[in-house]
Amino acid sequence: MRYRLLVQSLVGRELKARYRGSVLGFFWSFVNPLLLLLTYGVVFTYMLPVRRGPELEPYFLFLFCGILPWTAFNASVLEASSVLISGGALIKKVMFPAEVLPVVTVLTNLVQFLLGLPILLLFLVPTGRLRPSALLLPLPILVQVLFTVGVALCVSALTVHFRDIQNILSHVLHLWFFASPVIYSYESTPPRLKAVLRLNPMTHLLVSYQQMLFAGRFDHWRGLLAAAAVGAVAFVVGAFLFDRLRDTLAEEV
Amino acid sequence: MSGPAVVARDVAKVYRRFLHKNQFKTLKSALLTGSLLSDLTPDQTFTALDGVSFEVPRGTTFGVIGENGSGKSTLLKLLAGISKPTRGELAVEGRVSALIELGAGFHPEISGRENVAINGIMLGLTRRQVQERFADIVAFAELERFIDAPVKTYSSGMYARLGFAVAVHVDPDVLLIDEVLAVGDEAFTRKCLDKIGEFRRRGKTILLVTHSLGLAEKMCDDVLWLRQGRVAAAGDPKRVVDAYLSHVAGGEEALLAREHGQPAPASAEPSLPAAGDAAGGEGYREGRWGSREVEITAVRLLDDRGRERHVYVPGESLRVVLSVAAAAPVEDFVFGVGVFRADGVSVYGTNTHIEDFVPQRLEGTGEVALVLEDLRLVEGTYLLDVAAHRRDGTPYDYHRGLHAFRLKSRIKDVGVYRPLHRWNFSGGVALTAPAPRPELDLHEAEE
Repeated sequence: MRYRLLVQSLVGRELKARYRGSVLGFFWSFVNPLLLLLTYGVVFTYMLPVRRGPELEPYFLFLFCGILPWTAFNASVLEASSVLISGGALIKKVMFPAEVLPVVTVLTNLVQFLLGLPILLLFLVPTGRLRPSALLLPLPILVQVLFTVGVALCVSALTVHFRDIQNILSHVLHLWFFASPVIYSYESTPPRLKAVLRLNPMTHLLVSYQQMLFAGRFDHWRGLLAAAAVGAVAFVVGAFLFDRLRDTLAEEV
Repeated sequence: MSGPAVVARDVAKVYRRFLHKNQFKTLKSALLTGSLLSDLTPDQTFTALDGVSFEVPRGTTFGVIGENGSGKSTLLKLLAGISKPTRGELAVEGRVSALIELGAGFHPEISGRENVAINGIMLGLTRRQVQERFADIVAFAELERFIDAPVKTYSSGMYARLGFAVAVHVDPDVLLIDEVLAVGDEAFTRKCLDKIGEFRRRGKTILLVTHSLGLAEKMCDDVLWLRQGRVAAAGDPKRVVDAYLSHVAGGEEALLAREHGQPAPASAEPSLPAAGDAAGGEGYREGRWGSREVEITAVRLLDDRGRERHVYVPGESLRVVLSVAAAAPVEDFVFGVGVFRADGVSVYGTNTHIEDFVPQRLEGTGEVALVLEDLRLVEGTYLLDVAAHRRDGTPYDYHRGLHAFRLKSRIKDVGVYRPLHRWNFSGGVALTAPAPRPELDLHEAEE
C-alpha cells in the first residue's frame, strides 16, 4: 500500500474529529457499543423474546459478540457510500488517491471495533467463557476487513454515479442484519433457512466470532475459509470496479 | 537540467454530462441487464480543451490567460493529475504542487496544527519533513496564535493563508497556481508574490493561471492564451497579452456598438429638465426628449482615420459627429456635447453658446462635429450627452447617455482626468523607471 502514511494519519484524524466537541469525547467509542447492546438486549429479551436454548445464556453476552463486528461492517459500508461525495473537495482540488477515502472509513471503524473488544472480553472473564479459542480472533477480523474494504470500494464508487444507492443502502443493510445470525443463533435455525444463511459471508464471520468468544471453541473452519474466499473476491471486484470508475469520479462528485 | 518540465501534445478534454432523468433510466437498465459499466454512456459531451500543445521549459514561469470558461482551470486540473485528458499526451516531470483551492482537505473540527501535518502528508511529505517545516509554515501563514484552534474557527483569509503556506512549503518542482492570489489582504498577496518570485529564482517551474494580465506580463516568461478550449496565441508575454487585450476590446466594441450605436426610441416627454451641464450623479438617467424642431438623426464616434469606433486609448482623438435636420429654418440654436463617467459624474461639457458661437441659420440637414483631441481620460466607460436646444435651454432634441465609448489603458490610474504629467526624482530618491508601455494600437486590432 503506497499510501500507508496518508491512510494512517487520516484514520487518526477521523477518530480525533469524530468525538471532538462532545463531553465524553473518546469514551464514546466504548459507550456506543454498550448503549447499542442495551437497546437490542432489552428489545430481544423482554419485548420480542427470541426463542433460544440454554446454550445462548447469558443472552446479552451472546448478542454482544455479534453486534460488535456487525456494527463495524454496517457503519463502514454506510459511511463509504457518502465518503467520496463529502470528500469531493479533495478529489476535485487536490491530487488525491480517491481509494484512500473508503479504506480510511473501513479502518476507522475497525479501530472502533477493536476498542470495543476489551469491554466484551472484560464481561466474558467472570463467566469463565474466555478460552484459548479467543486467540484465533485475528483470523475472522482479517477476513472481515478484506470483505468490508471490497464492499466499501464498490459502494463508494457506484454511489458517485447512482446517488440512489445512498437511500437504498440503509434498508439493504437492515435486511442484511436480520439475515445474519446476530440476535439469533445459526445452529438453532431450521435447515432450510440455514441453507440460505450459508450464502451470506457475514454469517460465517459472525458464527466464528460467537464460537471463539462465547462458546469457547472453534470448529467453523470451512465456513470461515469460504468467507475468506468471498472476501478476497469482493476485494478484487471492488478494486477493479473502483479503478475503472476512478477517472470519472473527479468529474461526477 | 535539460528537457522541458511540462509537455502537452494535442491534449483534449471532453466532459460527459449525465442528465439526471436519464441517469435514473441508466440505473434501472443497468440493474436489469447487469451491465453497469457499459451502460455508463454519456448523454451529452462538452469539449473543454481541444488540441492544446505547449512546452514549459524547466525553470521558467508560464502564464495561462483567457476569458472565463476558456478551459484554463481544466488545463490545470489535467496538469495536477486530478483528471485525465481524453486525448493527447501530457507529461509533467517532478513533484507537482497545485494551488487550485487553498486549504482543500482541511478538516474543520481539528486544529490547524493537525491539519498542517495531514495536509503536508497529502501533498507528499513525510512526517519528518512536516515536522521540520512546521515552524516555517506557521510563521509564513502568520497563525502562531491560532495554530491550536480548530480550523472551523478560522476566517476565510486565515484558512487560505494556511493552505498556501503548506502548499509552497512542500517544495515542489512544478508549482501550479490557479488565481489563488486573489484571497487574503494586500500584505499577504505581496508575500505570496514574493514567495513565487523566490521559486523562480530557485529555478522552479511555475504555471500560473490568472486574470491579472499585469501579473502575467510581469512574471511570466511565456504566456498561453486559451480561447474556447483552443490555443489562440502563445509565446512572448507582451505580444500575447496585447493580442488578448485587443480581442477583448473588440468584443467590448461590438457590445457598445450594439447597446449604444443606434439612437434610442424617442420619448416625447422630457424626463429631466434640460439643464445640460448640471447633471448630478444621482439624477443621471438616460433618455431622449425635446420638441424636435431640430432633430439629431444620428450620432457617430469616429477615430482619427474617420472610422467608427467605440473603444479608444488615451492620446487618441475622438470625433463626435451629429447629423442634424431641421424641418423648418431655425435661427435660435445651440449644439452641445457632454461627457460623463458611467456613474454619472460629469467629466466635461461644452456647447456652441458657451464658446460664443452665434447661430445664424439652420435649415435642411447638416453635420456638426466636435473633435476631442488627445483624450486624457483614465480607463473606463464614458457616456455622452448630445443636444440641440435654444439659447435659453429649451430643448429641440436631447440625447442623454444614449451613446458611449470606452477607454482602455495599460496604466490603471484613477480619477476623471489625466493631465499630461511626469515624475522627477532627485537627491537620495532612487527608482527604476518602468519599461516603456506604449498604449495598445487598436488600429491593428481591427485589421
